[in-house]
Amino acid sequence: MKYTEEHEWLRPEGDVVTVGITAHAAEQLGDVVFVELPEAGRRVSRGDEVAVIESVKAASDILAPVDGEIVEVNPALADNPGLVNEDPTGAAWFFRMRPADPAALDAFMDEAAYRALVG
Amino acid sequence: MSGLRRTCLHDLHLALGARMVPFAGYEMPVQYPSGVLREHLHTREKAGLFDVSHMGQVLLVPRQGGVEEAARDLEALVPVDVLGLPAGRQRYGLFTDDSGGILDDLMIANRGDHLFVVVNASRKEADLAHMRAALRATDAALVEDRALIALQGPRAAAALAQLVPDVADMAFMDVAVRTWDGVGLWISRSGYTGEDGFEISVPAPFAEAFARRLLADPDVAPVGLGARDSLRLEAGLCLYGHDIDETTTPVEAGLAWAIQKVRRTGGARAGGFPGAGRILAELEGGPARRRMGLRPEGRAPMREGTEIYADETGGAPVGRVTSGGFGPSIDGPMAMAYLPAGLTEGATVWGDVRGRRLPARIVPMPFQPTRYRR
Repeated sequence: MKYTEEHEWLRPEGDVVTVGITAHAAEQLGDVVFVELPEAGRRVSRGDEVAVIESVKAASDILAPVDGEIVEVNPALADNPGLVNEDPTGAAWFFRMRPADPAALDAFMDEAAYRALVG
Repeated sequence: MSGLRRTCLHDLHLALGARMVPFAGYEMPVQYPSGVLREHLHTREKAGLFDVSHMGQVLLVPRQGGVEEAARDLEALVPVDVLGLPAGRQRYGLFTDDSGGILDDLMIANRGDHLFVVVNASRKEADLAHMRAALRATDAALVEDRALIALQGPRAAAALAQLVPDVADMAFMDVAVRTWDGVGLWISRSGYTGEDGFEISVPAPFAEAFARRLLADPDVAPVGLGARDSLRLEAGLCLYGHDIDETTTPVEAGLAWAIQKVRRTGGARAGGFPGAGRILAELEGGPARRRMGLRPEGRAPMREGTEIYADETGGAPVGRVTSGGFGPSIDGPMAMAYLPAGLTEGATVWGDVRGRRLPARIVPMPFQPTRYRR
Protein backbone atom coordinates (compact mmCIF):
# COMPACT_ATOMS: atom_id res chain seq x y z
CA MET A 1 0.00 0.00 0.00
CA LYS A 2 1.21 3.51 -0.87
CA TYR A 3 -0.07 6.89 0.31
CA THR A 4 -0.25 10.36 -1.24
CA GLU A 5 0.06 13.71 0.51
CA GLU A 6 -3.61 14.23 -0.45
CA HIS A 7 -4.50 11.36 1.92
CA GLU A 8 -5.31 8.83 -0.76
CA TRP A 9 -4.25 5.22 -0.49
CA LEU A 10 -3.02 3.29 -3.53
CA ARG A 11 -3.14 -0.50 -3.62
CA PRO A 12 -1.30 -2.00 -6.62
CA GLU A 13 -2.60 -5.34 -7.92
CA GLY A 14 -0.98 -6.49 -11.15
CA ASP A 15 -0.99 -3.61 -13.64
CA VAL A 16 -3.93 -1.91 -11.92
CA VAL A 17 -3.98 0.28 -8.80
CA THR A 18 -7.01 0.72 -6.55
CA VAL A 19 -7.47 4.21 -5.07
CA GLY A 20 -9.36 5.34 -1.97
CA ILE A 21 -9.04 7.83 0.88
CA THR A 22 -7.43 7.08 4.21
CA ALA A 23 -9.27 6.67 7.51
CA HIS A 24 -7.63 9.91 8.64
CA ALA A 25 -9.07 11.76 5.62
CA ALA A 26 -12.50 10.20 6.12
CA GLU A 27 -12.54 11.28 9.74
CA GLN A 28 -11.52 14.82 8.85
CA LEU A 29 -14.22 15.05 6.18
CA GLY A 30 -16.97 13.89 8.46
CA ASP A 31 -20.09 12.09 7.32
CA VAL A 32 -19.98 11.61 3.55
CA VAL A 33 -23.33 12.15 1.84
CA PHE A 34 -22.47 12.07 -1.87
CA VAL A 35 -19.67 10.80 -4.06
CA GLU A 36 -19.21 11.72 -7.71
CA LEU A 37 -17.06 9.21 -9.61
CA PRO A 38 -15.29 9.41 -12.97
CA GLU A 39 -16.32 7.32 -15.96
CA ALA A 40 -14.43 4.14 -16.67
CA GLY A 41 -12.23 4.56 -19.72
CA ARG A 42 -11.32 8.16 -18.93
CA ARG A 43 -7.65 9.04 -19.45
CA VAL A 44 -6.32 11.22 -16.65
CA SER A 45 -3.18 13.11 -15.79
CA ARG A 46 -1.65 13.27 -12.36
CA GLY A 47 -3.41 15.96 -10.32
CA ASP A 48 -6.63 15.92 -12.36
CA GLU A 49 -9.78 16.17 -10.27
CA VAL A 50 -11.36 12.80 -10.97
CA ALA A 51 -13.87 12.40 -8.15
CA VAL A 52 -15.68 14.56 -5.61
CA ILE A 53 -16.64 13.73 -2.05
CA GLU A 54 -19.38 15.77 -0.45
CA SER A 55 -19.58 15.51 3.31
CA VAL A 56 -22.02 17.26 5.62
CA LYS A 57 -19.38 19.96 5.88
CA ALA A 58 -17.81 20.53 2.48
CA ALA A 59 -16.87 19.22 -0.93
CA SER A 60 -13.40 17.75 -1.50
CA ASP A 61 -11.66 16.63 -4.67
CA ILE A 62 -10.02 13.30 -5.26
CA LEU A 63 -7.03 13.77 -7.53
CA ALA A 64 -5.57 11.28 -9.97
CA PRO A 65 -2.38 10.12 -8.24
CA VAL A 66 -0.58 9.31 -11.50
CA ASP A 67 -1.09 9.51 -15.27
CA GLY A 68 -3.16 6.66 -16.61
CA GLU A 69 -6.62 5.33 -17.44
CA ILE A 70 -9.59 4.78 -15.14
CA VAL A 71 -10.63 1.16 -15.64
CA GLU A 72 -13.34 0.69 -13.01
CA VAL A 73 -15.30 2.71 -10.45
CA ASN A 74 -17.01 1.52 -7.27
CA PRO A 75 -20.78 1.46 -7.88
CA ALA A 76 -21.47 0.85 -4.17
CA LEU A 77 -20.49 4.43 -3.31
CA ALA A 78 -23.34 5.95 -5.33
CA ASP A 79 -25.93 4.04 -3.31
CA ASN A 80 -24.15 4.20 0.01
CA PRO A 81 -21.73 7.12 0.31
CA GLY A 82 -21.56 6.47 4.07
CA LEU A 83 -19.30 3.53 3.27
CA VAL A 84 -16.48 6.06 3.06
CA ASN A 85 -16.80 6.58 6.81
CA GLU A 86 -17.53 2.95 7.67
CA ASP A 87 -14.79 1.21 5.69
CA PRO A 88 -12.55 3.79 4.00
CA THR A 89 -9.68 1.44 3.20
CA GLY A 90 -11.84 -1.52 2.19
CA ALA A 91 -15.33 -1.48 0.71
CA ALA A 92 -15.15 2.28 0.00
CA TRP A 93 -12.50 2.19 -2.73
CA PHE A 94 -13.18 4.91 -5.32
CA PHE A 95 -11.73 3.71 -8.60
CA ARG A 96 -9.17 1.44 -10.21
CA MET A 97 -6.74 2.84 -12.74
CA ARG A 98 -4.00 1.53 -14.99
CA PRO A 99 -0.93 3.75 -14.53
CA ALA A 100 0.88 4.78 -17.69
CA ASP A 101 4.11 4.12 -15.82
CA PRO A 102 3.84 1.46 -13.08
CA ALA A 103 7.10 2.71 -11.57
CA ALA A 104 5.40 6.04 -10.83
CA LEU A 105 3.93 4.50 -7.67
CA ASP A 106 7.37 4.03 -6.16
CA ALA A 107 7.62 7.72 -5.34
CA PHE A 108 4.72 7.67 -2.86
CA MET A 109 4.90 7.24 0.91
CA ASP A 110 4.81 3.86 2.56
CA GLU A 111 2.64 3.30 5.61
CA ALA A 112 5.31 4.36 8.12
CA ALA A 113 5.93 7.63 6.28
CA TYR A 114 2.19 8.32 6.03
CA ARG A 115 1.69 7.63 9.72
CA ALA A 116 4.46 10.10 10.47
CA LEU A 117 2.70 12.69 8.26
CA VAL A 118 -0.66 12.48 10.00
CA GLY A 119 0.89 12.09 13.44
CA MET B 1 -5.73 28.93 17.73
CA SER B 2 -4.12 31.92 19.36
CA GLY B 3 -5.97 35.17 19.70
CA LEU B 4 -9.31 33.41 19.87
CA ARG B 5 -11.64 33.77 22.81
CA ARG B 6 -13.02 30.79 24.68
CA THR B 7 -16.41 30.32 26.22
CA CYS B 8 -16.71 29.18 29.82
CA LEU B 9 -17.66 25.71 28.53
CA HIS B 10 -14.32 25.30 26.74
CA ASP B 11 -12.97 22.65 29.11
CA LEU B 12 -16.21 20.71 28.82
CA HIS B 13 -15.96 20.69 25.02
CA LEU B 14 -12.44 19.29 25.22
CA ALA B 15 -13.49 16.70 27.78
CA LEU B 16 -16.30 15.64 25.45
CA GLY B 17 -13.82 15.18 22.59
CA ALA B 18 -14.98 18.13 20.49
CA ARG B 19 -13.14 19.25 17.39
CA MET B 20 -12.60 22.97 17.93
CA VAL B 21 -12.58 25.51 15.10
CA PRO B 22 -12.34 29.31 14.90
CA PHE B 23 -15.76 30.92 14.61
CA ALA B 24 -16.56 34.63 14.98
CA GLY B 25 -13.42 35.20 17.03
CA TYR B 26 -14.08 32.23 19.31
CA GLU B 27 -12.76 28.72 19.56
CA MET B 28 -15.94 26.68 19.18
CA PRO B 29 -16.89 23.00 18.87
CA VAL B 30 -17.80 22.16 15.26
CA GLN B 31 -18.62 18.57 16.21
CA TYR B 32 -18.15 15.94 18.88
CA PRO B 33 -16.99 12.37 18.22
CA SER B 34 -20.42 11.14 17.08
CA GLY B 35 -20.26 13.54 14.12
CA VAL B 36 -22.51 16.09 12.45
CA LEU B 37 -25.00 13.63 10.99
CA ARG B 38 -25.77 11.83 14.27
CA GLU B 39 -25.78 15.09 16.25
CA HIS B 40 -28.31 16.52 13.83
CA LEU B 41 -30.59 13.48 13.93
CA HIS B 42 -30.27 13.20 17.71
CA THR B 43 -31.53 16.78 18.07
CA ARG B 44 -34.56 16.03 15.90
CA GLU B 45 -35.28 12.79 17.76
CA LYS B 46 -34.36 13.64 21.36
CA ALA B 47 -32.44 16.71 22.54
CA GLY B 48 -29.21 18.48 21.61
CA LEU B 49 -27.20 20.76 23.89
CA PHE B 50 -25.43 23.65 22.15
CA ASP B 51 -22.96 26.15 23.58
CA VAL B 52 -24.00 29.49 22.15
CA SER B 53 -22.12 31.55 24.73
CA HIS B 54 -20.27 33.35 21.95
CA MET B 55 -23.46 35.20 21.09
CA GLY B 56 -23.94 38.67 22.52
CA GLN B 57 -26.27 38.98 25.49
CA VAL B 58 -27.15 42.63 26.00
CA LEU B 59 -29.27 44.31 28.65
CA LEU B 60 -31.11 47.46 27.58
CA VAL B 61 -31.99 49.35 30.72
CA PRO B 62 -33.87 52.66 30.67
CA ARG B 63 -32.13 55.36 32.70
CA GLN B 64 -35.50 56.59 33.90
CA GLY B 65 -39.01 55.24 33.66
CA GLY B 66 -40.22 51.83 32.63
CA VAL B 67 -39.43 49.32 29.94
CA GLU B 68 -41.44 51.35 27.44
CA GLU B 69 -38.64 53.93 27.42
CA ALA B 70 -36.15 51.30 26.25
CA ALA B 71 -38.71 49.87 23.83
CA ARG B 72 -39.35 53.28 22.28
CA ASP B 73 -35.60 53.82 21.97
CA LEU B 74 -35.01 50.45 20.33
CA GLU B 75 -37.85 50.97 17.87
CA ALA B 76 -35.70 53.66 16.24
CA LEU B 77 -33.31 50.87 15.15
CA VAL B 78 -35.62 47.96 14.30
CA PRO B 79 -38.79 47.68 12.17
CA VAL B 80 -40.36 45.72 15.02
CA ASP B 81 -43.23 46.38 17.41
CA VAL B 82 -41.17 46.47 20.60
CA LEU B 83 -43.59 48.67 22.55
CA GLY B 84 -46.33 46.11 22.00
CA LEU B 85 -44.20 43.21 23.23
CA PRO B 86 -45.70 42.11 26.56
CA ALA B 87 -43.57 41.43 29.63
CA GLY B 88 -42.33 37.86 29.61
CA ARG B 89 -42.39 37.62 25.83
CA GLN B 90 -39.71 37.62 23.14
CA ARG B 91 -39.74 38.31 19.42
CA TYR B 92 -37.38 38.19 16.46
CA GLY B 93 -36.00 41.46 15.17
CA LEU B 94 -33.58 43.04 12.72
CA PHE B 95 -31.24 46.01 12.86
CA THR B 96 -31.61 47.80 9.53
CA ASP B 97 -29.43 50.44 7.91
CA ASP B 98 -30.37 53.60 6.01
CA SER B 99 -30.49 51.77 2.67
CA GLY B 100 -32.83 49.09 4.07
CA GLY B 101 -30.10 46.45 4.44
CA ILE B 102 -29.77 44.22 7.49
CA LEU B 103 -27.03 44.95 10.04
CA ASP B 104 -27.88 41.94 12.21
CA ASP B 105 -30.76 39.82 13.36
CA LEU B 106 -31.55 39.47 17.04
CA MET B 107 -33.98 38.26 19.68
CA ILE B 108 -35.69 40.93 21.77
CA ALA B 109 -37.17 40.02 25.15
CA ASN B 110 -39.28 42.16 27.48
CA ARG B 111 -38.18 41.37 31.02
CA GLY B 112 -40.65 43.60 32.83
CA ASP B 113 -38.56 46.66 33.60
CA HIS B 114 -35.91 46.33 30.88
CA LEU B 115 -35.17 44.60 27.58
CA PHE B 116 -32.77 41.74 26.98
CA VAL B 117 -31.48 41.13 23.47
CA VAL B 118 -29.31 38.39 22.00
CA VAL B 119 -27.24 39.27 18.92
CA ASN B 120 -24.86 37.36 16.67
CA ALA B 121 -21.31 36.77 17.90
CA SER B 122 -19.74 38.25 14.78
CA ARG B 123 -21.78 41.43 15.15
CA LYS B 124 -21.89 42.07 18.89
CA GLU B 125 -19.25 44.81 19.05
CA ALA B 126 -20.78 46.59 16.03
CA ASP B 127 -24.30 46.17 17.43
CA LEU B 128 -23.27 47.57 20.81
CA ALA B 129 -21.71 50.63 19.20
CA HIS B 130 -24.78 51.02 16.99
CA MET B 131 -27.15 50.86 19.96
CA ARG B 132 -25.06 53.11 22.20
CA ALA B 133 -24.92 55.75 19.47
CA ALA B 134 -28.67 55.72 18.90
CA LEU B 135 -30.40 54.89 22.20
CA ARG B 136 -31.16 58.24 23.77
CA ALA B 137 -32.25 57.29 27.24
CA THR B 138 -31.28 53.63 27.52
CA ASP B 139 -28.02 52.01 28.63
CA ALA B 140 -26.77 49.01 26.63
CA ALA B 141 -24.67 46.65 28.74
CA LEU B 142 -22.95 43.56 27.35
CA VAL B 143 -23.39 40.62 29.70
CA GLU B 144 -19.99 38.95 29.86
CA ASP B 145 -20.33 36.80 32.95
CA ARG B 146 -23.00 34.41 31.71
CA ALA B 147 -22.93 31.42 29.39
CA LEU B 148 -25.74 30.80 26.91
CA ILE B 149 -26.83 27.21 26.41
CA ALA B 150 -29.41 26.06 23.89
CA LEU B 151 -31.32 22.85 24.57
CA GLN B 152 -33.26 21.84 21.47
CA GLY B 153 -35.43 18.93 20.43
CA PRO B 154 -38.63 17.08 21.35
CA ARG B 155 -37.13 15.85 24.65
CA ALA B 156 -35.70 19.25 25.63
CA ALA B 157 -38.63 20.25 27.82
CA ALA B 158 -38.62 16.98 29.76
CA ALA B 159 -34.85 17.13 30.22
CA LEU B 160 -34.88 20.71 31.47
CA ALA B 161 -37.92 20.09 33.69
CA GLN B 162 -35.91 17.54 35.67
CA LEU B 163 -33.67 20.38 36.81
CA VAL B 164 -36.09 23.27 36.60
CA PRO B 165 -39.64 21.91 37.05
CA ASP B 166 -41.39 25.22 36.42
CA VAL B 167 -40.49 25.52 32.73
CA ALA B 168 -43.23 23.19 31.53
CA ASP B 169 -45.78 26.01 31.47
CA MET B 170 -43.65 28.25 29.24
CA ALA B 171 -45.00 28.72 25.70
CA PHE B 172 -42.94 29.29 22.55
CA MET B 173 -41.19 32.69 22.81
CA ASP B 174 -41.96 33.09 26.51
CA VAL B 175 -39.08 34.35 28.66
CA ALA B 176 -38.73 33.86 32.41
CA VAL B 177 -36.26 33.86 35.27
CA ARG B 178 -36.11 30.49 37.05
CA THR B 179 -33.75 29.07 39.64
CA TRP B 180 -31.74 25.87 39.64
CA ASP B 181 -30.02 25.07 42.95
CA GLY B 182 -30.31 28.73 43.87
CA VAL B 183 -28.74 29.85 40.59
CA GLY B 184 -30.74 32.35 38.54
CA LEU B 185 -31.38 31.21 34.99
CA TRP B 186 -32.68 33.48 32.24
CA ILE B 187 -34.74 31.14 30.11
CA SER B 188 -36.51 31.62 26.82
CA ARG B 189 -38.53 28.95 25.05
CA SER B 190 -36.95 29.42 21.66
CA GLY B 191 -34.01 28.37 19.56
CA TYR B 192 -32.74 28.09 16.04
CA THR B 193 -33.27 24.49 14.99
CA GLY B 194 -36.97 24.39 14.14
CA GLU B 195 -37.60 22.24 17.21
CA ASP B 196 -39.16 23.00 20.56
CA GLY B 197 -36.46 24.02 22.99
CA PHE B 198 -34.91 26.59 25.26
CA GLU B 199 -32.07 29.06 25.40
CA ILE B 200 -30.74 29.32 28.93
CA SER B 201 -28.45 32.06 30.20
CA VAL B 202 -26.43 30.73 33.13
CA PRO B 203 -23.93 32.55 35.38
CA ALA B 204 -20.47 31.52 34.16
CA PRO B 205 -19.30 29.84 37.38
CA PHE B 206 -22.23 27.41 37.24
CA ALA B 207 -22.39 26.87 33.48
CA GLU B 208 -20.32 23.70 33.25
CA ALA B 209 -22.08 22.05 36.18
CA PHE B 210 -25.45 22.94 34.67
CA ALA B 211 -24.47 21.61 31.24
CA ARG B 212 -23.12 18.40 32.79
CA ARG B 213 -26.37 17.88 34.68
CA LEU B 214 -28.32 18.20 31.43
CA LEU B 215 -25.88 15.89 29.62
CA ALA B 216 -26.33 13.27 32.34
CA ASP B 217 -29.80 12.70 30.88
CA PRO B 218 -29.39 9.95 28.24
CA ASP B 219 -31.72 11.89 25.93
CA VAL B 220 -29.35 14.88 25.84
CA ALA B 221 -26.23 14.89 23.65
CA PRO B 222 -23.77 17.71 22.89
CA VAL B 223 -24.14 19.20 19.41
CA GLY B 224 -21.61 21.37 17.58
CA LEU B 225 -21.77 24.18 15.05
CA GLY B 226 -21.85 21.76 12.12
CA ALA B 227 -25.22 20.31 13.05
CA ARG B 228 -26.44 23.68 14.28
CA ASP B 229 -26.00 24.88 10.70
CA SER B 230 -27.77 21.93 9.04
CA LEU B 231 -30.60 22.12 11.60
CA ARG B 232 -31.24 25.83 11.05
CA LEU B 233 -31.00 25.45 7.28
CA GLU B 234 -33.58 22.63 7.27
CA ALA B 235 -35.79 24.92 9.35
CA GLY B 236 -35.43 27.65 6.70
CA LEU B 237 -33.77 30.04 9.14
CA CYS B 238 -31.30 32.71 8.01
CA LEU B 239 -27.65 32.84 9.01
CA TYR B 240 -26.34 36.39 9.28
CA GLY B 241 -23.45 37.12 6.93
CA HIS B 242 -24.68 34.45 4.53
CA ASP B 243 -28.44 34.62 3.90
CA ILE B 244 -28.89 38.15 5.19
CA ASP B 245 -26.52 41.12 5.37
CA GLU B 246 -26.28 44.80 4.46
CA THR B 247 -27.08 43.99 0.82
CA THR B 248 -30.39 42.27 1.55
CA THR B 249 -33.58 43.89 2.84
CA PRO B 250 -35.98 42.22 5.28
CA VAL B 251 -38.62 41.96 2.54
CA GLU B 252 -36.24 40.38 0.04
CA ALA B 253 -35.18 37.98 2.77
CA GLY B 254 -38.76 36.84 3.38
CA LEU B 255 -38.69 38.31 6.87
CA ALA B 256 -41.64 40.69 6.42
CA TRP B 257 -43.44 38.69 9.13
CA ALA B 258 -41.00 40.26 11.60
CA ILE B 259 -42.39 43.72 10.73
CA GLN B 260 -45.64 44.09 12.63
CA LYS B 261 -48.58 46.07 11.26
CA VAL B 262 -48.05 48.97 13.65
CA ARG B 263 -44.67 49.73 12.01
CA ARG B 264 -46.00 49.48 8.44
CA THR B 265 -47.62 52.14 6.30
CA GLY B 266 -50.92 53.09 7.95
CA GLY B 267 -49.81 51.76 11.35
CA ALA B 268 -49.80 53.93 14.47
CA ARG B 269 -45.97 53.98 14.53
CA ALA B 270 -45.28 53.44 10.83
CA GLY B 271 -41.67 53.83 9.78
CA GLY B 272 -39.24 55.56 12.09
CA PHE B 273 -36.52 52.93 11.62
CA PRO B 274 -33.45 53.07 9.33
CA GLY B 275 -34.26 52.31 5.71
CA ALA B 276 -38.01 52.64 6.30
CA GLY B 277 -38.53 54.31 2.90
CA ARG B 278 -37.27 51.34 0.91
CA ILE B 279 -38.58 48.65 3.25
CA LEU B 280 -42.13 50.05 3.43
CA ALA B 281 -42.17 50.51 -0.35
CA GLU B 282 -41.10 46.89 -0.82
CA LEU B 283 -43.84 45.75 1.56
CA GLU B 284 -46.38 47.53 -0.65
CA GLY B 285 -45.01 46.83 -4.10
CA GLY B 286 -43.04 43.64 -3.56
CA PRO B 287 -39.28 43.26 -3.91
CA ALA B 288 -37.46 42.55 -7.18
CA ARG B 289 -35.92 39.40 -5.74
CA ARG B 290 -36.67 37.06 -2.89
CA ARG B 291 -34.90 34.47 -0.79
CA MET B 292 -36.21 31.12 -1.96
CA GLY B 293 -35.71 27.50 -1.00
CA LEU B 294 -34.17 25.05 -3.46
CA ARG B 295 -34.23 21.27 -3.50
CA PRO B 296 -31.52 20.10 -5.93
CA GLU B 297 -32.39 16.88 -7.75
CA GLY B 298 -30.14 13.96 -6.94
CA ARG B 299 -27.84 14.06 -3.96
CA ALA B 300 -25.14 16.59 -4.88
CA PRO B 301 -25.37 19.63 -2.58
CA MET B 302 -25.33 23.14 -4.04
CA ARG B 303 -23.02 24.98 -1.68
CA GLU B 304 -22.87 28.68 -0.84
CA GLY B 305 -21.76 30.64 -3.91
CA THR B 306 -23.32 28.28 -6.46
CA GLU B 307 -24.56 30.37 -9.41
CA ILE B 308 -28.21 29.79 -10.29
CA TYR B 309 -29.49 29.98 -13.89
CA ALA B 310 -33.07 30.17 -15.18
CA ASP B 311 -32.25 27.84 -18.07
CA GLU B 312 -30.28 24.67 -18.59
CA THR B 313 -27.96 26.33 -21.11
CA GLY B 314 -26.89 29.89 -21.86
CA GLY B 315 -27.92 33.09 -20.16
CA ALA B 316 -26.45 34.92 -17.20
CA PRO B 317 -26.88 33.79 -13.59
CA VAL B 318 -30.13 34.97 -12.00
CA GLY B 319 -28.97 34.40 -8.44
CA ARG B 320 -26.57 32.68 -6.14
CA VAL B 321 -26.83 30.22 -3.28
CA THR B 322 -26.37 31.88 0.12
CA SER B 323 -26.52 28.69 2.21
CA GLY B 324 -26.50 25.17 0.89
CA GLY B 325 -25.75 21.72 2.12
CA PHE B 326 -27.13 18.33 2.91
CA GLY B 327 -30.12 17.94 5.19
CA PRO B 328 -29.83 14.78 7.28
CA SER B 329 -33.52 14.78 8.25
CA ILE B 330 -34.78 15.39 4.71
CA ASP B 331 -32.07 13.01 3.46
CA GLY B 332 -31.10 15.21 0.56
CA PRO B 333 -29.54 18.47 -0.50
CA MET B 334 -31.15 21.86 0.17
CA ALA B 335 -30.20 25.45 -0.47
CA MET B 336 -31.36 29.03 -0.17
CA ALA B 337 -30.82 31.58 -2.93
CA TYR B 338 -31.98 35.08 -3.85
CA LEU B 339 -33.89 34.75 -7.13
CA PRO B 340 -36.00 37.10 -9.27
CA ALA B 341 -39.43 37.52 -7.68
CA GLY B 342 -41.04 36.35 -10.95
CA LEU B 343 -39.83 32.81 -10.29
CA THR B 344 -42.31 30.84 -8.23
CA GLU B 345 -42.54 27.67 -6.21
CA GLY B 346 -42.51 24.56 -8.33
CA ALA B 347 -40.32 26.12 -11.02
CA THR B 348 -37.05 24.45 -11.97
CA VAL B 349 -33.78 26.37 -12.02
CA TRP B 350 -30.24 25.16 -12.62
CA GLY B 351 -27.23 25.44 -10.36
CA ASP B 352 -23.67 25.35 -11.71
CA VAL B 353 -21.98 22.55 -9.76
CA ARG B 354 -18.38 22.05 -10.86
CA GLY B 355 -19.11 23.29 -14.37
CA ARG B 356 -22.34 21.36 -14.91
CA ARG B 357 -25.84 22.73 -14.59
CA LEU B 358 -27.88 20.55 -12.30
CA PRO B 359 -31.63 21.04 -11.84
CA ALA B 360 -33.20 22.24 -8.61
CA ARG B 361 -36.83 22.86 -7.76
CA ILE B 362 -38.00 26.01 -6.00
CA VAL B 363 -39.85 24.84 -2.87
CA PRO B 364 -41.48 26.47 0.15
CA MET B 365 -39.48 26.66 3.37
CA PRO B 366 -38.96 25.26 5.93
CA PHE B 367 -37.55 22.16 4.26
CA GLN B 368 -38.29 20.21 7.45
CA PRO B 369 -41.56 20.96 9.29
CA THR B 370 -40.96 23.00 12.44
CA ARG B 371 -42.24 21.76 15.78
CA TYR B 372 -42.37 24.80 18.02
CA ARG B 373 -44.58 24.61 21.10
CA ARG B 374 -47.32 27.05 20.23
